Amino acid sequence: MIEVRNVTKSYGDLKVVDEVCIRIPKGKITSLIGPNGAGKSTLLAVISRLIPKDGGEVYIDQIELSDWDNRELAKKISILKQTNHTDLRLTIRELVSFGRFPHCRGNLTKADWDQVDLAISYMGLADIQDKYLDQLSGGQRQRAYIAMVIAQDTEYILLDEPLNNLDMKHSVEIMKMLRRLVEDLGKTVIIVIHDINFASCYSDFIIAMNNGAVVKVGTANEIIDRSLLTDIYDLDFHIETVNNNRICIYY
Amino acid sequence: MSNKQRLIILTVLAVAVAGLYLTIGLNARNWDYALSRRLPRILAIIITGAAISLSTAIFQTITHNRILTPSVMGLDSLYMLWQTVIIFFSGSSSLLVRNVNLNFIVTVLLMVGFTLLVFKTIMRREAGNVFFLLLVGLIIGTLFQSLSSFMQMIIDPNEFTILQGRMFASFNSINLNILTIAVISCGVVFLLSWRYFSVLDVLALGRDQAVNLGVAYDQLVWRLLVMVVILVSTATALVGPLTFLGLLVVNLAWQLLAAYRHRTIILGAFLLSIITLVGGQLFVEHILNFAVPISTLINLCGGIYFIRLLVKEK
Repeated sequence: MIEVRNVTKSYGDLKVVDEVCIRIPKGKITSLIGPNGAGKSTLLAVISRLIPKDGGEVYIDQIELSDWDNRELAKKISILKQTNHTDLRLTIRELVSFGRFPHCRGNLTKADWDQVDLAISYMGLADIQDKYLDQLSGGQRQRAYIAMVIAQDTEYILLDEPLNNLDMKHSVEIMKMLRRLVEDLGKTVIIVIHDINFASCYSDFIIAMNNGAVVKVGTANEIIDRSLLTDIYDLDFHIETVNNNRICIYY
Repeated sequence: MSNKQRLIILTVLAVAVAGLYLTIGLNARNWDYALSRRLPRILAIIITGAAISLSTAIFQTITHNRILTPSVMGLDSLYMLWQTVIIFFSGSSSLLVRNVNLNFIVTVLLMVGFTLLVFKTIMRREAGNVFFLLLVGLIIGTLFQSLSSFMQMIIDPNEFTILQGRMFASFNSINLNILTIAVISCGVVFLLSWRYFSVLDVLALGRDQAVNLGVAYDQLVWRLLVMVVILVSTATALVGPLTFLGLLVVNLAWQLLAAYRHRTIILGAFLLSIITLVGGQLFVEHILNFAVPISTLINLCGGIYFIRLLVKEK
């Protein structure tokens, strides 16, 4: 379980994350939603120790972030940011193999390569695995980076807007793949997501944030609520139930 | 052609030019004298080449920029300023000038301290803004240069000739007295750097990815930076400032080898630097008859290559 206690993060005078307390259960998909500037991505970056917090504690399996050994933590939790860039000229397969670094420090064994192949086929990249990253479309590159995170094989997987650059088909594929990771392999997935209907259809829990604070935590059905969303997004919402999923119409 | 074949060709070329340099014009009467002059030079060239290619490769990966060399932090001009200051204030007969080993140690410590101070201040204030670092390095470098030339103008002419010998990179006036200590300090850094090669690959993915993959980023960058400064200081103290060599060989290695592993790139850059330095030295000694110092030659080639890189980046 990931437990966040009173976490605060400020940039100058602006409190981006303000005294946030949440518990994220194991073996579920938890989505962070909220308008731009709500502090979702910052909170995700703090939980994954990409940026230092100004106050509070983050416990991953009852151990505070600062007490974790870097390398062990990298086998426990992985994070993928929205934008990724490297000067290295890498093929997809080479990029994905970097996911094994915490396990093998760059000397991949047969078992590591098996994991790499598995991640590549999971993301449907097998037939283009020897293409270079600069030859790929934005969506293919995004999937390659997600494959790298899968190869890292961590219990907790944190993704910051994984559907960025993806069309509807690939978005659906990614979300289904995340559900498989949770249901088949028992992973815990935490995502920041903008498309509220994807959050509604595929998450177990949703954390709604606004102005650096958590507004409400609950199941998808509890959060996809007209008055709550109208309040957070400052937008008129209409909610329909289609195939037992709550769909927002706000266009 | 695979990278392995390319590396083999580079190795053969490096060994060939080194062999040529050692044996050219040898005969039964002069061989022991000539070799006693040439062997230390070859050793110095190997150390310098390794130090400069390794430090530049590391520095470029830390800063995520392929057109930088560690000298942007004002290291070369700091070296010159420090040498000028010692001679200016304490005279060429002082202990710091006469005892080259002491001079070496003090110089290296000063340069490490200075760089860490600059880097730490900038990194904290500007959160790793490379352009700001460049600008500060440039300004500090110019300030140091102006201070040095001011002192050089009013210094005793006899003292100036001693200083002049340290101003230009040259393998003819290699500081052989510090060769032993240079071999030791570089050797230690090479051994230590070995286990960081695969971590450098991860660093090139960017800070966030490196942290995600379990690299203790800030701590690692510090260690690498200290290594870079020790290597640069050693190379500079040994032969003088060689600004463009690192830029030239490391970029050529990336281009030629099309690899992503720093292990391969650093080895390639090292071989290229030996070829460049020994080849350049052969050219200077046998064709130009010592009329032009090798640093001028390398800065000319490096400068042209640098402009090409700039144009291409656009």
